[in-house]
Amino acid sequence: MVAEILVLIFLIIGLLFNALGIIGLIRFPDVYTRMHATTKSTTFGSIFLCFGVIIYAIATLMGTGDSQYLMVILHTIVAVFALAITNAVGAHAIARAAHRSGQMPTPGVVDRLAEANL
Amino acid sequence: MIEYFFISALALVILMLGSMIRLYIGPSIADRVVAVDAINTMTIAAMILLGVYYKQLIFIDVAIVYALLSFVSTLYIAKYVGGEL
Repeated sequence: MVAEILVLIFLIIGLLFNALGIIGLIRFPDVYTRMHATTKSTTFGSIFLCFGVIIYAIATLMGTGDSQYLMVILHTIVAVFALAITNAVGAHAIARAAHRSGQMPTPGVVDRLAEANL
Repeated sequence: MIEYFFISALALVILMLGSMIRLYIGPSIADRVVAVDAINTMTIAAMILLGVYYKQLIFIDVAIVYALLSFVSTLYIAKYVGGEL
């Protein structure tokens, strides 16, 4: 019962952060801010989805003693490490490539007076 | 309790469709690479969730290999965009 609530909480956190990352990807103005939104949020959310899987596998392993779930736990931990390391390095490479190809950040100044056309 | 994983995988597929909007309209190549990177990350999470739902351990192994291969492809596209290839 406790495991079910924990799995539900972890899955909701993971989906919420993934959704925030995708909203940032669609709405933000230039490539650096889009990368800032998506890379961190989707990595965090996917790691929490994997934590939900690990909690479920631990609960099922304790309940039934099926040794297949031990393999699920170990392989999911390996997948979490692969995900965390490769996403960070890939984001650095994309940011460097975007800078080398001449992309400039949008100036972060909000000018309401120019928008209002007074 | 097992249905939560399938519903989460379905929600991840909907988020991937949202990311494909940016993949379609992205002004530069770098925007599209960022969108593909997000789609790859969510594909890995969906594979792990579906591997638990269908009780197939091989899906999780495929997710690990997919993570490493998508990392290599992202690095190569980044080298191409940066003009170093």
